[in-house]
Amino acid sequence: MRPFQYNRARSLADASGIISDKGALAIAGGTNLLDLMKLQVEIPEQLADINHLGMAEIADTEDGGLRIGALATNTAAAVHPRVRSDYPVLARAILAGATQQLRNKATTGGNLCQRTRCFYFTNVDQPCNKREPGSGCGAIDGIAKLHAVLGTSDQCIATYPGDMAVAMSALGAVVHIAHEDGEERTVPVADFHCLPGDTPWRENVLEPGEIITAVSLPAKVAGTQIYRKVRERSSYAFALVSIAAIVEIKNGLFSRADLAFGGLAHKPWHDPRIADVLIGQVPSEKLFDEAADILLSGAQGFGENDFKIPLTRRTLHAVLAQAVEQAA
Amino acid sequence: MSAHLKQDEPDTSNRLDNMRQGVLGKPLSRIDGLAKVTGTATYSAEYSPENCAEGVLVTATITRGVVTRIDKDSVLSMPGVISVIDDARLTTRAAQGTADEAPQQSPRTVCYWGQPIALVVAETFEQARDAAKHLKVIYRENEAAPVSPDLVEPKEHEDETVRQGDLARAMSDAAHSVDIAYTTKGHASAAMEPHAAVAEWDGKKLTVHASLQMLNFNITELADALDMDEDKLRLVSRFVGGGFGSKLGVSEETVAASLAAMELERPVRVVMSRQQVFQCVMRRSETTQRLRLAADKDGKLTGFGHQALVSNLPGETFAEPVLQSSHFLYAAESRELKLNVARIHQMTAGSVRAPGEAVGMPALEGAMDVLAEKIGIDPVELRLINIPEEDPEQGLPFSSHKLAECLKQGAEAFGWDSGHREPRVKREGEWWVGTGMASAARVHNVSEAKARVTLKPDGTCLVETDMTDIGTGTYTILAQIAGEMLGLEIDKVLVDLGDSQHPRGPGSGGSWGAASIGSAVYVGCKAIREELATRAGTSEAELELAEGRVVGGQTLTALLDGDEISEEGHYEPGDIKDDYTASGFGAFFAQVRVNHFTGETRIDRMLGAFGFGRVLNPKTARSQCLGGITWSIGVALTEALEFDPRDGHLVNCDLAEYHVPVHRDLPELEVVLVDERDPAASPIQAKGIGELGMCGGAAAIANAIYNACGARLFEYPMTPDRVLAAMPE
Ligand SMILES: Cc1cc2nc3c(=O)[nH]c(=O)nc-3n(C[C@H](O)[C@H](O)[C@H](O)COP(=O)(O)OP(=O)(O)OC[C@H]3O[C@@H](n4cnc5c(N)ncnc54)[C@H](O)[C@@H]3O)c2cc1C
Ligand code: SF4
Repeated sequence: MRPFQYNRARSLADASGIISDKGALAIAGGTNLLDLMKLQVEIPEQLADINHLGMAEIADTEDGGLRIGALATNTAAAVHPRVRSDYPVLARAILAGATQQLRNKATTGGNLCQRTRCFYFTNVDQPCNKREPGSGCGAIDGIAKLHAVLGTSDQCIATYPGDMAVAMSALGAVVHIAHEDGEERTVPVADFHCLPGDTPWRENVLEPGEIITAVSLPAKVAGTQIYRKVRERSSYAFALVSIAAIVEIKNGLFSRADLAFGGLAHKPWHDPRIADVLIGQVPSEKLFDEAADILLSGAQGFGENDFKIPLTRRTLHAVLAQAVEQAA
Repeated sequence: MSAHLKQDEPDTSNRLDNMRQGVLGKPLSRIDGLAKVTGTATYSAEYSPENCAEGVLVTATITRGVVTRIDKDSVLSMPGVISVIDDARLTTRAAQGTADEAPQQSPRTVCYWGQPIALVVAETFEQARDAAKHLKVIYRENEAAPVSPDLVEPKEHEDETVRQGDLARAMSDAAHSVDIAYTTKGHASAAMEPHAAVAEWDGKKLTVHASLQMLNFNITELADALDMDEDKLRLVSRFVGGGFGSKLGVSEETVAASLAAMELERPVRVVMSRQQVFQCVMRRSETTQRLRLAADKDGKLTGFGHQALVSNLPGETFAEPVLQSSHFLYAAESRELKLNVARIHQMTAGSVRAPGEAVGMPALEGAMDVLAEKIGIDPVELRLINIPEEDPEQGLPFSSHKLAECLKQGAEAFGWDSGHREPRVKREGEWWVGTGMASAARVHNVSEAKARVTLKPDGTCLVETDMTDIGTGTYTILAQIAGEMLGLEIDKVLVDLGDSQHPRGPGSGGSWGAASIGSAVYVGCKAIREELATRAGTSEAELELAEGRVVGGQTLTALLDGDEISEEGHYEPGDIKDDYTASGFGAFFAQVRVNHFTGETRIDRMLGAFGFGRVLNPKTARSQCLGGITWSIGVALTEALEFDPRDGHLVNCDLAEYHVPVHRDLPELEVVLVDERDPAASPIQAKGIGELGMCGGAAAIANAIYNACGARLFEYPMTPDRVLAAMPE
């Protein structure tokens, strides 16, 4: 770990001012950032501790939705009565992540910004275009079991590893972002993370100095909510594939099908064409296959992670079948 | 005074059964438990001598080659940096268990990615770590660095080779046969406590607090590495936060801390990072195995073949002893066993949790299940009819043998359904449900051991040895043995372990600790009893002690009359080792569910029935078995070291990415302890436990996966991707 300057931010503007410098980062729960600092993957010169800026509130919004402050812990969000009753897919996604101890520290904003678990990214003695632009990608032709099959580039095949954002993406949640000048902008969670392209070091749309203040969820919608995470051990493991689904069936036909996928790409994967295929149709194995065909049409494995393609298809079948069963 | 026992004959006197205190065999909690859970047990890294400097190991970033230059100036001006130690005595691998000599040194020669090459010492840990990352090292790389067994020509490990009868013939004549290849991945010990050492040098003597399993060997290894006399060294290891093989031999941080403390003349602490523990201590070798089983129409084995390919660094003597129990588990006239070793440039392969059987038994017992299915016989029955009368290769009698009892009692307790075993018949929602079983076996070893037992004038007892307690319960069972022999409650017995100034024990490893050091304590206590008997005017055989007095007679205090009686018990295995084949046996039963869509396997319940001689303490014994079963779940489902195919570095080197089972993976676990006295195993009739609990369990799970969903897998661990690939449509 390199020596760094610790600053306890007194206000949002203060925090924002500090982190507009190159080499400065915000710290919330620290569960991701401190690990990476110990490994010297992150070597900030300045830290802005944002833990004293409030922003932990979870409150109803005027339009019947819910606003979760950026500093609300994962535990607080998962046990919130309204999250449990109106957004169970989110509660389940959060609880499927990490461990109780980590969730007690981890925050909503930090979780959105958590970095990839690519083995080559976290080992500073290995090449990685994300960590060290131009050094190459260690994972391509290396150990890539956890890596992406959708939206990859020849620069980087890493995944966004989180669960919470997958559920938020399916729910159509929106990220609230504050800037140093006091302006606030909003970005849908589905558009918050970037694909690697030629800029794999860029993981989300935050500009220097920008801070996440909250995530807001729209009013509850009808339907069954499911979060399914496939992993190598039953807890404390990142997703091989995960699916967040909000599905409604009316008169025997799909009337809503908001799906998002984790473990497949550099971002929670959301493909609007899936809803188009499903909505208005009678659920059937054949229909599920059509949805999977569309989802996976551009999928490409890298040897070790080829299995994710059939696994995603099967898991999609399971989730849709479960939704149909629960609707019945 | 000292008392010596070399066991040349079986001991059927079962003396410990005739004592009067009644403390042995009781399910007592660990006497060190409270200190551990209240954080007052001091582990090695927690010793903080005044003015202690902090060292961090620098590790190689090439696979093979030579360090041509270490540019010390690149870090010496960094804040807090004191020194860069690149002494030629630094060790670059951990010593193998019981090596008794220094491991590989010459830190300028790099043999694997991540190998320690130097130590940076600074005022604070953070400064040392930063400087270690900044140290400029110039290498000359050697491109000839094969990192996978497929790239080299393996050599036969001849000690293991067996050829009896004609296996090829037996296979072709067999009514039923199987010929299957299995693979297993590498494993890490994954102990919680990282390797750590704090070294202090007072100009004459070097004292090192280190986390080690076998001080009796480690002191020699350290002395050899430092090129110093053993009597100038003291090693202390009072508490060890898990070893699982990784702390058998002296490891790099202990030698580095010692060299730095002497060079800088101030105390130095070196703690490995989690990544370093994973990358530069020990791996269990991956294996490729071939099982050939031939049987007659009733299922009696006529041919038995087990071959394995394992790997290690050039120059290492250790080869994962995959075939260890295959030599004697089942009878068959024609036998062929062979172990091959490939020399590759990956980190050292060594002892990790039940070396050998942990991966050999899952393959053998998987193949037995395939055979049982072909024959159409209950798999429990197949095992029962193939239990040999005597060691099938050496013709030796077994010291005692409880496999049949374990199979029967285990099946009964589990509720094993011995009917026809059709796979893929029971489905609950998305989940296929099935059961499977396997035998367990783990060779039993004992080792020479010494312990000093002192009965104090106040009627309390002190037991001293350099034996370590690596979390297994050694403190407790030694107090129980001494208490039983001398008629004392265990709170009257103080056990002082883990100090090289005490008599040399056997070290903790290979599950031989309890039987070996327990026997030394027994021998010491017996000598004390002789003296007490004389004082009480009776014979040792007739002396009855309980609650601090002769039963119906004087108190110990009165009998001692101000004297102290101290005896060094010295136990040696003797000829009996060559006269018998000794092993613990057991049986595993598992019920699993496999998700039809995702290929995830979850265990519903699992049972192990084990016979390992006298049960000294059913609570600590059961805990050992639970731990063993847990590891077997890891072998079956989750644990796999992943190495980069190009430079051979270990990629998943922390506890988030190397998947040991977590609580949620552990269902209802049940342990059945099958009562046994093994007269030839040790004078206390006990055998090893800890490792037995994991030897074969993975096959019970694999066989249950097949029974549940019809996916017959030949690769461990059985992760969802593999299960799905093998799942019938
Ligand atoms: C062993 C382990 C297992 C895990 N398993 C899972 C899992 O299965 N599923 C899962 O989803 N997650 C998992 N996690 C990740 C965990 O969820 C994240 O570490 C956590 O959510 C990060 O939150 P934090 O508040 O601690 O972030 P920090 O570590 O404080 O920050 C992370 C990043 O976010 C930035 N940041 C934080 N807050 C803000 C803000 N308000 N505005 C702008 N930037 C901000 C920081 O600058 C930093 O770059 C695991 C973590 C560990 C260590
Ligand atoms: S996949 Fe991305 S994060 Fe991983 S090594 Fe390649 S560039 Fe780096």
